[in-house]
Amino acid sequence: MLKILKYSFYDLIRSRWSYVYFLFYLILGFVLLFLNNDVSKAVITLMNIIIILVPLIGTIFGVMYYYNSKEFIELLLAQPIKRSSIFLGQYLGVAGSLTLSLVLGLGIPFVLYGLFKSDAIFDFTLLLVTGAFLTMIFTALSFNIALSNENKIKGFGYAVLLWLFLAVIYDGLFLMSLIIFKEYPLDSFSLAATMFNPIDLSRTLILLKLDISALLGYTGAVFKQFFGTNQGLIISMLMLVLWTVVPIWRLVYKSKKKDF
Amino acid sequence: MIQVENLHKKFGKNEVLKGVDLNIDDGGIFAVLGPNGSGKTTLIKSILGMVVSNKGSIAVSGRSIKKNWRYRKDINYLPQIANFPGNLKVRELIRMIKDLRQMPSEEEKLIELFQLEPFLGKKLSTLSGGTKQKVNLVLAFMFDCPLLILDEPTTGLDPASLIRLKELIQKEKANGKTILITSHIMQFVAEVADEIIYLLEGKIYFKGGIEQLKTKTSQTDLEHAIAAIATTPADA
Repeated sequence: MLKILKYSFYDLIRSRWSYVYFLFYLILGFVLLFLNNDVSKAVITLMNIIIILVPLIGTIFGVMYYYNSKEFIELLLAQPIKRSSIFLGQYLGVAGSLTLSLVLGLGIPFVLYGLFKSDAIFDFTLLLVTGAFLTMIFTALSFNIALSNENKIKGFGYAVLLWLFLAVIYDGLFLMSLIIFKEYPLDSFSLAATMFNPIDLSRTLILLKLDISALLGYTGAVFKQFFGTNQGLIISMLMLVLWTVVPIWRLVYKSKKKDF
Repeated sequence: MIQVENLHKKFGKNEVLKGVDLNIDDGGIFAVLGPNGSGKTTLIKSILGMVVSNKGSIAVSGRSIKKNWRYRKDINYLPQIANFPGNLKVRELIRMIKDLRQMPSEEEKLIELFQLEPFLGKKLSTLSGGTKQKVNLVLAFMFDCPLLILDEPTTGLDPASLIRLKELIQKEKANGKTILITSHIMQFVAEVADEIIYLLEGKIYFKGGIEQLKTKTSQTDLEHAIAAIATTPADA
C-alpha cells in the first residue's frame, strides 16, 4: 500500500493543482493576517472559508482524481497487489496531499506572524485538525461516489450535490425544522442534527472553542454546555473519526466486489 | 496451470459466462477465440481477478484465486487496450512497474527489440497507438513468469514488430511457459497457437488442436473453419 501511496502522492505533488491550492492558502493566510492584524480574528475569518471550501475542494479533487486514475488502477489490478491496498493507497495519496497543502499553506504565514507567542495557538490547531478531517471525510465520500458511478458526469454531479446538501441545504432544513417544531424541546434534536453533518459539527466545534457562542443565540447555551466541555470535544472528535472511517470502510468493501 | 470450473458471470442482466469449464495444462500456446462479446476478455479478467465471478471457481497453479492476490506474481498480463496514466513518462512507468513487482526484469532487451529508446523520455499520452502497444508488450514480457496472458497482442503493430512479437512468443514457449492469447487475426493464431479454445455465448464450444478443428468443420484453412464452427452442431 505504501508504494501506491508514494506514487499517487508524487503524482499529485507534481501536478499544478496542488501548488495552486497550496498558494491559495498561503496568500489567504498572509492577507488575513495583514488585514486583521490579529491572530484570533484571522482564525474566525479562516474558519468561515475553510468550512465551505475544504469540503468542496476535497469532493472535486477526489472525484477528478479517481476518474483520471482509472487507467492506473486497471494497470495495478493485474499486478500482484491487494485490491484494498490499491484503493487505500490512492485515497491516502489524495487526502494526504490536500491536507499537506492546507496545513503548510496556512501554517507558514501564521507561524511567521508569531503564532507560537499568541494564545490562539489552540484555536488555530483545532482549525487545522478539523480542516484535515473535512479533507479526509469529503475525499472519502467522493471516492465512494466515483467508485459506484461509471458515468463521470453522473459521479461528478452526485458529488457536487452531496457537498451542496451538507454545506448549504442541510442547514436550511435544520433551521426550518427548528422553526416548525419550536414549541417542543429541541436540545437533543439540534445536538444530534449537528452531529450528523461533518461541516456543521466542525463549525460548531470551532465557534464554541472561540468563545463566541453568544452568536449562536437560541441553542447556544445547550451547545456550549455540550461542546464546550472536554467530554463534548472528545465526542465530537469521535464523530469526525467515524465520519472518516465509515466511508473508507465502504470504499474498501465496495472495491473488493467491483469488476474492472 | 489453470483450472476453471463452472464459471458464471453476469453484468446486470447480460449473462456473459454461462458455466465455463476449462483446463489448461502447463506449457504451450492456447488461443481463446470467439465472436465479439462471447466473453473472451471476461474470462481472462476473471482469471486475473479483475472481474469477480458470480459462481464457479478458478485455480491458478493449483491455488484457488479467491481472496488471494499473490498468485498474480506468476502472471504477466497484456491488456487489450493500452490505457496508461498519461502524465507518466515511458521510463517512469517501466521503473514503477519494476518497483511494484520487485522481480528481476529484462526490459533493456525488449526496449531495443521494439526500438523504443527514442520514446523513453516521452509522456505516454503523446505516444501513438502502435507505440503504446509496444510499451505494453515490454511491460508484459519483461518479467519471467510461468503464465502469460495476451489480450489482442497484435493491435496496432507494424509488420516488423509483428514478426518480432511472434519470435518473442515462440521463445517464451520454448522456455516452457503457458501462453494464453486472444486474437481476431486468424493468420496470427494459425502461426502461433497449439490449441484453440472457442467460446460461444458464454460457453466453451470447442477445445482442441487446429487440425482437429479443420477436420471437424471440413474446412481447409483456419479462418473458414472458425467462421463455420458456430454453424456446425457441437457433436458433429
